[in-house]
Amino acid sequence: MATTEIVRDDRRLSPWQGTARQFDYFWTVYRRTWKSSVISSFVAPLLYVLAMGVLLGTFVHVSPGRLEGATSYLAFIVPGLIAAQAMQTAVSETTYPVMAAIKWHKSFWAQMASPLEVRDLANAMLVFTLFRVGSTCGVYFLVMAPFGVFATWWGPVLAWLSTMLVGMAFGTWTFAFSAFIDGPDAFGLIYRLGLVPLFLFSGSFFPVSNLGTVLEGVAKVTPLWHGVNLTRMLCLDRVDGSTALVNVVVLVVVLVSGWWLAIRMLERRMAT
Amino acid sequence: MSAASVPAQSPAESSPHSSPLRPWEGTGLLVLRNYVTYRRQWKLFVTGFLEPVFYLFSIGIGVGKLIHSFEVGGHTIPYAEFVAPGMLAASAFNGALMDSTFNVFFKLKYEKLYDQMLATPLTTSDIARGEIIWGQLRGASYSVAFLLVMWALGLVHSWWAVLAFPATLLIGFAFSAVCMGLTTYMTSWQDFDKVLLVQLPLFLFSGTFFPVTAFHGVLRWVVEATPLYRGVVLCRELTTGVITWESGVSVVYLVAMGLLGLLVVRRRLETLLLT
Repeated sequence: MATTEIVRDDRRLSPWQGTARQFDYFWTVYRRTWKSSVISSFVAPLLYVLAMGVLLGTFVHVSPGRLEGATSYLAFIVPGLIAAQAMQTAVSETTYPVMAAIKWHKSFWAQMASPLEVRDLANAMLVFTLFRVGSTCGVYFLVMAPFGVFATWWGPVLAWLSTMLVGMAFGTWTFAFSAFIDGPDAFGLIYRLGLVPLFLFSGSFFPVSNLGTVLEGVAKVTPLWHGVNLTRMLCLDRVDGSTALVNVVVLVVVLVSGWWLAIRMLERRMAT
Repeated sequence: MSAASVPAQSPAESSPHSSPLRPWEGTGLLVLRNYVTYRRQWKLFVTGFLEPVFYLFSIGIGVGKLIHSFEVGGHTIPYAEFVAPGMLAASAFNGALMDSTFNVFFKLKYEKLYDQMLATPLTTSDIARGEIIWGQLRGASYSVAFLLVMWALGLVHSWWAVLAFPATLLIGFAFSAVCMGLTTYMTSWQDFDKVLLVQLPLFLFSGTFFPVTAFHGVLRWVVEATPLYRGVVLCRELTTGVITWESGVSVVYLVAMGLLGLLVVRRRLETLLLT
């Protein structure tokens, strides 16, 4: 070769190509580290089902009317716990890992030296989050199926899609927040003032009508309640069309706005 | 060098230079150090108290509307009164566990804080005692606040409940000591998955949310032999005012566990840091 020429490939990657190339990175990392997610993603939620659903459930003797149509406390609590797990999985994938990619191991900066754009980094990480939510909740649904808590076979399939909607509604906004803040100090507060109260008061463990009118209203504003309600209606085959539509619209609006904001916030962060 | 062989020294010089600090002075220094660094994280401190309160409101009151009552020592009590002491004990347990695993591991492996401290007149015993006392101070403030919440909600009907406070200290001490000992054997963050694997079953199955009668046969025997279960029933016996000889068993159990842990911590720190 006579001359060495640095070829700059100016053809821009389409969003699909960029996302696909970058997703490969997350997939490779996950293939090497998936074992560490087994306990928090699969064992921990099943322990909750066993403790609260099966064992505590033996002490709950109320009519299905008090449990939003569920014939047992276990059937009532399982859809709620899976929806809450979707939220937790998505949030844990979009807090410290985002901070690490920006600030600690700085992989985002390294990846920016390739033809990838900021948009691709955010998209791929969110698609990976979707994969984590989908696989975690999918396993959860499969494991719960033999317990006879689902009314139909197609209900849980649709409910699985609804849990992914829940996960991504939270994952996108958390991603945007993580790209916005300077350091990880706020994460502890997010968990304690955001995730824990949502987990406990969004209708996973008991019908929100038990909270009283005012707090019930507050609970019904949270995206997690919409997700829990939608998931439960599908699992119990008690779908109320108009409520379901509201639930879906709320979650989709939160998800789409969050995704847009996530890309915006990362672009802003990487531009400085 | 004995004092007799070197006469006519001033009192200051004759004191042994290897340990110029009394145990309580060394311990106090470490507690003060933790206080100074923790002051910046007061938000985490305040919100740490909220977690058990949230659980109490959610499970105790929300789920309580679906469960009528439980029987404790011949008395029938509402579900919230049953769950509250469980949360009190579990909160002391969770706090002690977190402080003595994550925080200690970080200081031991990453900050190398204890290596630095041992270059000063502090001893491994000072570090073990200081860390445990610091965790206890933090846990104690949560326990007092939670007991006040219980009292304000009308979930306490006996003066014995005052003794639930020292009971939470005992739970904190037992778990801090043992967990700190176990932390010295950890090599990476991945080991914390195992911590979760122990923490979560203890939290969920120690009679915190439902009575031990949910278990049968050997399983029930196992649950009754676990330390958090002893702590939970101890707190419950105190807040409901039903004291039995079993309460004494729980106290002895937790004291023994704490002392054993303390012994292990001191020896392990000596192996890890002074060799």
